[in-house]
Amino acid sequence: MTDLIKHSAAALAAKLAAKEVSAVEVTQAHLDRIAAVDGDAEHGVHAFLHVNTEQALAVAAEVDGRRARGGSDAADLHELAGVPIAVKDLIVTIGQPTTAGSKILQGWHSPYDATVVKKLRAARMPILGKTNLDEFAMGSSTEHSAYGPTRNPWDLDRIPGGSGGGSAAAVAAFEAPLALGTDTGGSIRQPGAVTGTVGVKPTYGGVSRYGAIAMASSLDQIGPVSRTVLDSALLHELIGGHDPYDSTSLTDPSTGLVAAARIGNVKGLRIGVVQELGGEGYQAGVLARFNESLDLLRDAGAQIVEVSCPNFVYALGAYYLIMPSEASSNLAKFDGVRFGLRTLPADGAMTIERVMASTRAAGFGDEVKRRIILGTYALSAGYYDAYYGSAQKVRTLIQRDFDAAFAHADVLISPTAPTTAFKLGEKLDNPLAMYLNDVATIPANMAGVPGLSLPGGLADEDGLPIGIQLLAPAREDARLYRVGAVLEELLEERWGGPILNMAPELVATQIMEAK
Amino acid sequence: MTDATLSFDVAMEKFDPVLGFEVHVELNTATKMFSSAPNVFGDEPNTNVNEVDLGLPGVLPVVNKKAVESSIKIGLALNCRIAESCTFARKHYFYPDTPKNFQTSQYDDPIAYDGFLDVELSDGSIFRVEIERAHMEEDAGKLTHMGGATGRIQGADFSLVDYNRAGVPLVEIVTKPIQGAGSRAPELAKAYVAAVREIVKNLGVSDAKMERGNVRCDANVSLRPYGQEKFGTRSETKNVNSLRAVENAVRFEIQRHAAVLDSGNTIVQETRHWHEDTKSTTSGRPKSDADDYRYFPEPDLLPILATPEWVESLRAELPEPPAARRKRLQADWGYTDLEFRDVVNAGVLDEIEETVAAGASAAVARKWWMGEIARRAKLADVDPVALGVTPAVVVELDALIRSGAINDKLAREVLDGVLAGEGTPADVVQSRGLAVVSDDGVLQSAIDTALAAQPEVADKIRAGKIQAVGAIVGGVMKVTKGQADAGRVRELILKTLGVEG
Repeated sequence: MTDLIKHSAAALAAKLAAKEVSAVEVTQAHLDRIAAVDGDAEHGVHAFLHVNTEQALAVAAEVDGRRARGGSDAADLHELAGVPIAVKDLIVTIGQPTTAGSKILQGWHSPYDATVVKKLRAARMPILGKTNLDEFAMGSSTEHSAYGPTRNPWDLDRIPGGSGGGSAAAVAAFEAPLALGTDTGGSIRQPGAVTGTVGVKPTYGGVSRYGAIAMASSLDQIGPVSRTVLDSALLHELIGGHDPYDSTSLTDPSTGLVAAARIGNVKGLRIGVVQELGGEGYQAGVLARFNESLDLLRDAGAQIVEVSCPNFVYALGAYYLIMPSEASSNLAKFDGVRFGLRTLPADGAMTIERVMASTRAAGFGDEVKRRIILGTYALSAGYYDAYYGSAQKVRTLIQRDFDAAFAHADVLISPTAPTTAFKLGEKLDNPLAMYLNDVATIPANMAGVPGLSLPGGLADEDGLPIGIQLLAPAREDARLYRVGAVLEELLEERWGGPILNMAPELVATQIMEAK
Repeated sequence: MTDATLSFDVAMEKFDPVLGFEVHVELNTATKMFSSAPNVFGDEPNTNVNEVDLGLPGVLPVVNKKAVESSIKIGLALNCRIAESCTFARKHYFYPDTPKNFQTSQYDDPIAYDGFLDVELSDGSIFRVEIERAHMEEDAGKLTHMGGATGRIQGADFSLVDYNRAGVPLVEIVTKPIQGAGSRAPELAKAYVAAVREIVKNLGVSDAKMERGNVRCDANVSLRPYGQEKFGTRSETKNVNSLRAVENAVRFEIQRHAAVLDSGNTIVQETRHWHEDTKSTTSGRPKSDADDYRYFPEPDLLPILATPEWVESLRAELPEPPAARRKRLQADWGYTDLEFRDVVNAGVLDEIEETVAAGASAAVARKWWMGEIARRAKLADVDPVALGVTPAVVVELDALIRSGAINDKLAREVLDGVLAGEGTPADVVQSRGLAVVSDDGVLQSAIDTALAAQPEVADKIRAGKIQAVGAIVGGVMKVTKGQADAGRVRELILKTLGVEG
């Protein structure tokens, strides 16, 4: 393993700017790492569904050329130019396949770039490839990918979280310094928690959703995945901002994120512990590390207060009505008529309805079908008020809980996920147990507020990483970076370095031999 | 198989018709309702589309502000209230002309509601039609079913889909149930659709060409015994796309319903298809009020906020209302009430206005549109505007007549050529050699031949029987194939015979 891949994005950016390394060297180092440890569906990390070698190196070479020419060519380069990045395969990209982790999109190439991808290209960040995910981002373990699971770099027999397990694992395994994820109920933060990485769900509307294949439009949000709080801030600032192609994108998004991450000060800040997000159902080691973080913040001058959000207990139930309802609608377009898979009925009449039905039967996995059926039912005439309508009311109550809590606290804090990474296959046959992984992350999506997960240490009972979640009021994303940077620094002092230094080395030869 | 019908008069004796209309108006915005793709009719299939119109993965809609403004203007012109805040919803159904398998439409909070439209009937009386709502939505793509006998999806070998129309902005105008029209129901139907068409054209928000589907009408008809409060079961005849067809479809449905009810059977609530060739409807699909479209608020769009200031600024932009315009035009043109009403009923008011604007006199414009063009339309069984004659053609024909280049008889032949696609009237005159023969030398030799052939007629004329000159003129016209100026021929005959005319 070369040192290059161990650097943070900020450190790489500094080295590139100082011409200590070239963008081609940095990109090649990550491509080599992917080749060494990523493996395939059966072996290795399997974070990537597609590796974009040629295009990534071409972009890197262009950055190097500009730096060599100097002048405005070099001066105009974005701070992150030449820093490679991985993109969750739910986000469309010209020149690479986009599958959403589903058979129904196998081989499909988008003719357009997502807005966030356009921004990556404008900043000349080499895109290393597309990362694995639960099919259409539906899941908490990446086991629902139609292309095989991603494995947690801390223990290849365990899940990397989901749905963005690919992006989190790629960053945790040093295959990429940065990645893009999407978070509908915790798909950035929960994988961050179980892989010892940082993940941020921005304020709803803070980052354009144009080109992110929709699961639940009113909950989805694209956000950064990284190994440090500052790196997430750098990426968040690049991808954020108003987009005329997304009517729900904010015209006045949060600013000063990188500055907040660099300042990092919690003196006098009120940090609210959400009573409902802890206790029963949370692993002892998770709670122990969480309480230690509270102590560190208190020692650093923060005021730790308790807040109650009584309606959070209904969040999971309401989420599992709103999300499937919207998903059932958003996924209607996958019918074999215009793009993607088309499966003809094996026998009987060749009508358009039957071609659509057999395409959807063959193309969607069980979890996707489960949610389409749930959502179709919840939206049906006669049930709408009882299900979708009631769930929307719960959503309003959750927003009020947040409003009340933020009257007493500047940021809220909780464990990100109730447990550390579980074994592959452990919860695959128990959807309800799987859904509980997102119990602490879902309220932020329901209310549209921003959330950040950062590593909080290793649970005593299994030595696996746990996540600390910070939540802030809408448009106050900067507070997450300000508090997150302080906590990260205090924890790393305690650990004597980044948490991933404690992760077992991924030995390429073992992966190859296993193959 | 055609359905049994009662005669219209018998139907009217027994039953009281109730009507309802859903008129879809395609807006003529530069771009589509939710995407930046061009909104243009008639281009190569699937060229005016982008990823949004095709419903590709990851796309999001953005509302066309111009379309919202046009919708508000339509609402105002229909005397509606404008919602201060309204939303879009998703209406779900799987069909290949709808790329997302849901239509983005408005559901329970339309942008305009509670209006009315005063419709003038042919006798000059006014019938008020109450407007329930006018809401915004997007059009679907256009399917063409290939093979199979019916041109419908059932039985087709394959189907082609053109998404150029997908996402074109539509305003759907829905009436409240229209009661009390009685035997004037078919006429009211036509007059109502004509009035809506006139309004949207006058507002400049739609090209309003029914033959292109810019204005499409779904006509609901039900019958009930006189004196009964409760409405009968309705049928909905879809996409009736000309004014005449609206009138005919309503008349047919009244007669069909009456036959069904009169024989003691019940009407099936269903959609019907209008057939221009047989002047009848056939059964479409059963439609119940319980069709489940699983509507829910479109999460990708924000509510449309129509501030009073915005609405008032749009109101200030509204053009002269059609009724006021008609009053003004009648005065300008000097038509009698009867002449003017006939023009309105023939649906050629706009054409005459354009013809006058292009340089013809009001009398000439009426002569053409209510004469030769109306005659041909009747023969072809189409609306006069659908015949393909443009105001420019009329003006050019008139100019050719006035210059003496052609006469009325030749003008009709020139029109044949124009309608056959042979070019402008001047082109047709040229290519068909239809110019009036004005060469006196040619005429003189034809006259000499005619006089020689009928010496006894020549003698009569010489003897002072001037009216006998007609027979010679006729002979000359025959020789010149009607291309001679009859007045000039008469002059030359008299001069040849040395008789004073």
